Amino acid sequence: MNHVLERTPHPPTRALSLETLGMTMRFGNFTALRDVSIKVPAGSFHVLLGENGAGKSTLVKCIMGFNRPTAGQLTIDGREVEVPNPRAAHDLGLGMVYQHFTLVPSLTAAENLVISRADVPAKINWGKEREALSAFMATMPFQVPLDVPVGRLAAGEKQKLELLKQLYLGRKFLILDEPTSVLTPSEADELLGMVRGLTTAGDLTCLMISHKFREVTAFADEVSVLRRGEYAGGGKVSDLSTADMAAMMIGEKELVRSAKRVETSGNVILEVKGAKAPDRSGFKTIEIGDLKVKAGEIVGIAGISGNGQMELMQILAGQRPLEEGEIRVKDTPYKASRTEARKFNVRYLPEEPLKNACAPKMTVAENIFFRDFDAKGGKNQFWLDGRRMMAEAARLVGDYKVKTASLASPIASLSGGNVQRAVLARELTGEVDLLVIANPCFGLDFSAVAEIRARIMAARNAGTAVLLISEDLDEILELSDRILVMSEGHIAYETPAATAEIGEIGKYMAGHH
Amino acid sequence: MTTDIGLWGVPLAILGGAIRVSTPFIFVSVGEALTERSGRVNLGLEGTLVFGAMSGYAIAYQTNSAWIGLLAAAFFGMLFGLFHGWICKLPKVNDIALGIALMIFGSGLAFFFGKPYIQPVAPHLPAISLGWWSDVPQVQAALRVNVLFIAGIALAIAASWMLKNTKVGLTIRVAGDSADAARALGIDVNNVRLWSTAAGGALAGIGGAYLSLYYPGSWNEEISSGQGLMAVALVIFARWSPINCAYASLLFGGAGALGPALQSVGVTQGYYLFYAAPYVLTLGLLIATSSTTRAMTSAPGELSITK
Repeated sequence: MNHVLERTPHPPTRALSLETLGMTMRFGNFTALRDVSIKVPAGSFHVLLGENGAGKSTLVKCIMGFNRPTAGQLTIDGREVEVPNPRAAHDLGLGMVYQHFTLVPSLTAAENLVISRADVPAKINWGKEREALSAFMATMPFQVPLDVPVGRLAAGEKQKLELLKQLYLGRKFLILDEPTSVLTPSEADELLGMVRGLTTAGDLTCLMISHKFREVTAFADEVSVLRRGEYAGGGKVSDLSTADMAAMMIGEKELVRSAKRVETSGNVILEVKGAKAPDRSGFKTIEIGDLKVKAGEIVGIAGISGNGQMELMQILAGQRPLEEGEIRVKDTPYKASRTEARKFNVRYLPEEPLKNACAPKMTVAENIFFRDFDAKGGKNQFWLDGRRMMAEAARLVGDYKVKTASLASPIASLSGGNVQRAVLARELTGEVDLLVIANPCFGLDFSAVAEIRARIMAARNAGTAVLLISEDLDEILELSDRILVMSEGHIAYETPAATAEIGEIGKYMAGHH
Repeated sequence: MTTDIGLWGVPLAILGGAIRVSTPFIFVSVGEALTERSGRVNLGLEGTLVFGAMSGYAIAYQTNSAWIGLLAAAFFGMLFGLFHGWICKLPKVNDIALGIALMIFGSGLAFFFGKPYIQPVAPHLPAISLGWWSDVPQVQAALRVNVLFIAGIALAIAASWMLKNTKVGLTIRVAGDSADAARALGIDVNNVRLWSTAAGGALAGIGGAYLSLYYPGSWNEEISSGQGLMAVALVIFARWSPINCAYASLLFGGAGALGPALQSVGVTQGYYLFYAAPYVLTLGLLIATSSTTRAMTSAPGELSITK
């Protein structure tokens, strides 16, 4: 009987086991993955650890059929299978939740779920579909509004919907690519707890890519570590310490330690008073009643994405006009013009620097020179001084260890960490009195993160007032002197970092207060 | 015989104008809305419209049947759409630039083949008199409605329904909003766009046939005078909704009738200014409904103009 079931094209009803044997992937001369064999038993929760570029994504892409491995085999439930494309993987019952969202923003959750099915009827009977959807949702531990366009959902809700979608499609082996990077600690626990429950019940096998050791130790059974495309170790989570796993991930490399926090005291540099502005949807209002940042202090703004942090950054950078209230820098009204920013030494480091702080196709040197190209020693310059540009760029590229083929390469050709270093080099050069940063380490690997955080700390110690807007709570806790929580467009909570409690912060992030 | 109905003539003329003038706008803009919802802009519809007008007229004259002419216009329009969609499949092709090239190419081709058909008279498409209940000739004239107008309204409603309630409709929206998501769902984005552009082209061809086979009802080289281009702009104004496209076309057609209507009731000064009414109205509404701080949520995410 079992035999017959295995041959049918219908999706499986129980959790699947999966094994890769000598998986190798070459792109031209570059070997992204070398002879990787991992084993994921049915109903287990397996974590794939590794730095950026360690080959984790390449491995899961080979499993999901996005890449054809140069060599190696894939077996599912003990049978060798060919996965020529993602559709074949789906037919086998494999599913993946990606780091970027694959939901269609303008479609509602219901529409997204229905269109993702392989057997959508030509004419969709919404009455019937809706009933089926509510019946399905009733069996799920969390809910997502079905009738709102997905673009208007918060990141946490989108991630839940991504997971719901995979379960709705009846997938029995799920790959999760850093699924909790946009969630609060309690949301993350809820999501992973639910996945854990499904794996324990034998309904699902899960392979998760993660950087967070806390999640690994709390939820996973086993772990495999990749380093530079090769299998670096692994085993049962209960047999390994966090230090063991970190050592496997990083190898022998020295990490840059965050600079020590020195005692500072300074005047108020940035002050936002009674500021009101519409958010990007235009339906809600961002209200910042009273926000002060002093010299030599890092104020961290925590919050789940979509709670007004992006708008706050835009307000401070002059991209979003205020309806009421004002921004003052050094006790002077501030409108964020280039002249003012230069006069008061205000610097910005927006999130996704390649998109928001660079001209992607211009060269590294030109991008580094953006702040100074039209002024030298307080005097305006008409002609572009190419020699000065090259000298400056060469110096900063050296100082900040930006890895680039040449100063004349387009900045878009650099890796994420190196773009971030180049922008940081530009923004931290010279005298900086106020630095406004958003998600500086998003998507960067271990060593780049440590280095960039050290730079920020060094700026603080030198007397810069730093406003750090970040969705990464660990980053906020590591760097901040004071922590503010932003929720639904306003500042909901404030605490000195020294006495901060994660649980309390999480509660305010989730909006329960 | 005419009855003097005084100033009542103005709203009546606007109504009649709205119905008469709007039809080609409805077809072209609904077609373009479908194309743009799939993530591509076809600016070449002006050329398609002109070629549709010419080919529809020519075939109607040759076969002595306006309906066959109409079908021919739709067919040639579809060919233009397929051509646009096929070229856009090639790497590094910009749909806007290609559209401009096709606009000029379509018009030029129509002028070249259309020279012999400027003189002859082709059969017209039939109209339905919805004004039978009235004795006033102006009312009857205003309510002589071409079948294509009714078809156009039905088309706009059907297209809106399709985008919401069918697999094809959802597929088009997915392809237009996020190519990555579409690929993850196994949708061939290029193919969806190819056929959406083809459908848009066919509808633009029908719009052209209306021009030459009903109103104004003859073929000449100035027949379109930029209506195809204006219809593409109406799609943005209508925020990519086919139903809104129909409303926008009616508004545009009605405003266009304002100038001639005022002239007919004896306003002799400055009525030329009213010829600009549709453009001023559109511009005004666009400014009034736009915002510098709010994102245009309805815009398909994959359009090269919104990216």
